[in-house]
Amino acid sequence: MAHIVDDPVLSVEHLNMRFGGLLAVDELSFDVGRRDITALIGPNGAGKTTVFNCITGFYKPTEGRITARHETGETFLLERMDDFKIPKIAKVARTFQNIRLFGGMTVLENLMVGQHNTLMVASNYTFGGIFGLSGYKKAEKEAVELAKYWMEQAGLTKRADDAAGDLPYGDQRKLEIARSMCTKPKLLCLDEPAAGLNPRESEELNKLLLFIRKERDTGVLLIEHDMNVVMGISDHIIVLDYGKKIADGTPEEIRNDPSVIAAYLGVADEEVEEVEHEIEEGAS
Amino acid sequence: MEYFLQQLINGITLGSIYGLIAIGYTMVYGIIGMINFAHGDIFMVSSFIALIVITALGLTISTGLGLTILALILVLVTAMVIASVYGWTTERLAYRPLRGSFRLAPLITAIGISIVLQNYIQITQGARVKPLQPIIADGYTLMTRVDANGEFAVQISNMQILIIVVTIILMTIFSLIIAKTSLGRAQRACEQDRKMASLLGINVDRTISMTFVMGAALAAVAGLMFLLYYGVIDFFIGFVAGVKAFTAAVLGGIGSLPGAMLGGLVIGLIETLWSAYFSIEYKDVAAFSMLAIVLIFLPQGLLGKPEVEKV
Amino acid sequence: MADTESTPSRPARHLDFSKVVKDLIVTTLIATAVFGSTIAFRTVSAAGGLGLEVRYDIAFYVIAAVVIGRLLLWIFVWSKPPGTSAVEMPVSIKSGLAKVSAKVGKGFGPTMLLFALVFPFLPFTDRYLLDLSILILTYVMLGWGLNIVVGLAGLLDLGYVAFYAIGAYSYALLAQYFGFSFWMCLPLAGILAAFWGIILGFPVLRLRGDYLAIVTLAFGEIIRIVLLNWYQFTGGPDGLSGIPRPSFFGLPFNRSEGGFADFFGLDYSSIHRIMFLYFLILALALLTNFVTNRLRRLPIGRAWEALREDEIACRSLGLNTTSVKLTAFAIGAMFAGFAGSFFATRQGFISPESFTFIESALILAIVVLGGMGSQTGVVIASIAMIGGFEIFREAEQFRMLIFGLAMVIIMIWRPRGLISTRIPSIFLKEKKKVSADMVAQGEGH
Repeated sequence: MAHIVDDPVLSVEHLNMRFGGLLAVDELSFDVGRRDITALIGPNGAGKTTVFNCITGFYKPTEGRITARHETGETFLLERMDDFKIPKIAKVARTFQNIRLFGGMTVLENLMVGQHNTLMVASNYTFGGIFGLSGYKKAEKEAVELAKYWMEQAGLTKRADDAAGDLPYGDQRKLEIARSMCTKPKLLCLDEPAAGLNPRESEELNKLLLFIRKERDTGVLLIEHDMNVVMGISDHIIVLDYGKKIADGTPEEIRNDPSVIAAYLGVADEEVEEVEHEIEEGAS
Repeated sequence: MEYFLQQLINGITLGSIYGLIAIGYTMVYGIIGMINFAHGDIFMVSSFIALIVITALGLTISTGLGLTILALILVLVTAMVIASVYGWTTERLAYRPLRGSFRLAPLITAIGISIVLQNYIQITQGARVKPLQPIIADGYTLMTRVDANGEFAVQISNMQILIIVVTIILMTIFSLIIAKTSLGRAQRACEQDRKMASLLGINVDRTISMTFVMGAALAAVAGLMFLLYYGVIDFFIGFVAGVKAFTAAVLGGIGSLPGAMLGGLVIGLIETLWSAYFSIEYKDVAAFSMLAIVLIFLPQGLLGKPEVEKV
Repeated sequence: MADTESTPSRPARHLDFSKVVKDLIVTTLIATAVFGSTIAFRTVSAAGGLGLEVRYDIAFYVIAAVVIGRLLLWIFVWSKPPGTSAVEMPVSIKSGLAKVSAKVGKGFGPTMLLFALVFPFLPFTDRYLLDLSILILTYVMLGWGLNIVVGLAGLLDLGYVAFYAIGAYSYALLAQYFGFSFWMCLPLAGILAAFWGIILGFPVLRLRGDYLAIVTLAFGEIIRIVLLNWYQFTGGPDGLSGIPRPSFFGLPFNRSEGGFADFFGLDYSSIHRIMFLYFLILALALLTNFVTNRLRRLPIGRAWEALREDEIACRSLGLNTTSVKLTAFAIGAMFAGFAGSFFATRQGFISPESFTFIESALILAIVVLGGMGSQTGVVIASIAMIGGFEIFREAEQFRMLIFGLAMVIIMIWRPRGLISTRIPSIFLKEKKKVSADMVAQGEGH
């Protein structure tokens, strides 16, 4: 059972990640569509964050291939790239499960750091900037405009000059997404963006993600436990359990998949074989 | 070959002293993640205390063997006790008020304490080097070689035997304390997670104090050994020995007791061998370069656990 | 000294007598162990080895002073009712201080600058004060340079003095071997120091905070040992002397015809050269400040601060953290190089003794004490530390002791430094200061 994706922005093939004796990710393959919201779900410890860390270069996978494709047809083999080059060149950005903002810097500054590479070039790697050349000033103005645009979308305009660490939790989540969007990614990977949000904030987040997909031509890959978010906005869902893919399809398909239900609800030991059998049948 | 063997013995002796100091660094760093910069100076103070007690007892080379051993035990215990008080007091006054505060603050106070101790000893004991006549003489000749250049004997002195034996005994005692006693358990728990440890009823402040006391006591042992081995001390020995001992702790893998000992031996050996075969002036350069090389290629040290980056 | 944290839980000004007595006994024992051992006995050279000089009286006075001090603390500070913590200042004073510092913050920079500009011409300014100000300004410059590395980028550097030494020796050697002038050597010294910063930084900047600290310390020591032992090249412990003094754009400061005084039709005075040195270091320090402030508003400066806040987040945004660290290291080193060549030309003589670890510690203390990342803080801390050090010149022997104690006490009083708020590098509507609690502490956390 594999969901067919016409124009994948990201393909993961035969990904394996081993930590000592533990196989955290086991022969995982899936595609992420260019304008899709794809959700990666599974019980705790299923290896979702490990997959993210492999995609974004924080871990080097034991085996497997991870390919990012741009509209231009350019491809990037992410498992061979340094972690910082993945957002810079392959244009795959991410957020973190435990929010990682620059807490002592303001919202605007956070968004400016997101545009570091563009601004570095504009400042002639600092040499132009230090002498106040006009090229840099223009670039900085544009960067502020882009930052304002994303503050607007994330509803953070009023707090532009506040320290990021001062924001309430929900705003911090949104700021982290906005900051990632400032890198102008082709694929945005979100690690539990709705965790800890109240229903209203969660609703705002949904809107933001739908907006990103619709307006910005950016694929979204997200890890999420909040089924409202997952079922409400995703086009494609991949289910992991113990590092293996157990289901892959549309929300409708996933909802009715017995192996997913078993993985989530937990099954008694005697039933495991039975369920595994069902999964195998489902896979073939 | 014989020459090398001799240097090996000298290196292990020196390494034992570094290792004893390094344990203090490694334990403190393990438990509160702080470079206790003043630790080298505690070592220096304790060697002065040892010198004072030896002088007061009138211990000389002509003292009988039994009496010498008794007197040295007395010197050792006094130095350990007083050094412990120094360690406890510095922790209490300069580090505890800053616990949980800005990370660099305790480093600065530690440097401050280091300056204070150095100058305090300089004022009270004088700036000149203090020579001590050897107390333990003789040794054993392990092998001799006679060739065209004359005779060369590989020797191990009683002093060296004493240093190595005392180091092994104390290492064993302290390893047992860490492994078997409730204090050791509390220490390991605080190392893992201080907040959780305190929730489980461990007196974290006391555990940390005890860590400083243990580190200082071991530094005092090193202080006495250093004094007996070299026979010369001054108020500045703490800095160089401290930096090298910290190097040893990092080299062995910070937080690991056997690592500190191993690191001490490696640093001691490098220093002696480099002095013997290359140049004595650049022995410290060799030790420090070794540190940089190990850290670059093996950042967790020789016996430390590799760190997995949590994302 | 047993239980300071538990303030007595009785009504106002009431002392738990037995507790105090117990505490004082413990204090006496500790003080006796600490001071009784090292003050009461002093080893002195005597016939046939060492003798012991006994000074019970001094030891007794010191111990008594400690115990009485402790008693006074119990009576006047720790006897207050619970709720008012012992070390906390009253709220009114605190908010007053905050107001003053806010006011000071606004006008402080320009006022200081104006003062610095007219200072040499003030009537009370003599040679001594001018020399002292030059020294303070040198540390201000070094503090500002190190602030880039420690305060902005959050990299703990304990061997900063090495770059200062490289700058000084670069100038001295270039002048000695090639006859280069000060103005030619100044940029070269900076470049050489930056170059060494990169050479050192490249392998070690991957290390975590405290490991970085110890490797930089080791590097500082290596440089010093090499300078000390490479006799043919550096003069070893004798150092290098006869380093050319700077000239005023080619006009030397001497009595000769065509000298500075002669050219401007002034009476020759040795103070001209000192004044010139003063303005030279002022200009260099201001350059450091200007460049740093400018860099903070550029992407590179923001990247430094972002690195201090969260390195992993930086990498996830496509920042090459290695090059971000390297630039911080190199630029910090460059300013130390400038300061070093100034030091060489001012002294006319340099030796490895001027570049010991204690200098690195002092510069770091200035940065941390001033408040990491705060440019104004560095100025205040330099004046306080170097100026304070001078005040105790009389007490020659006790000077370093007091200095060390002051370092400890000030740090405990203000762990975050004197000025701990952060000013944003860019703002949309309003420049709001970021409170110190938000700002991260850099590597290793």
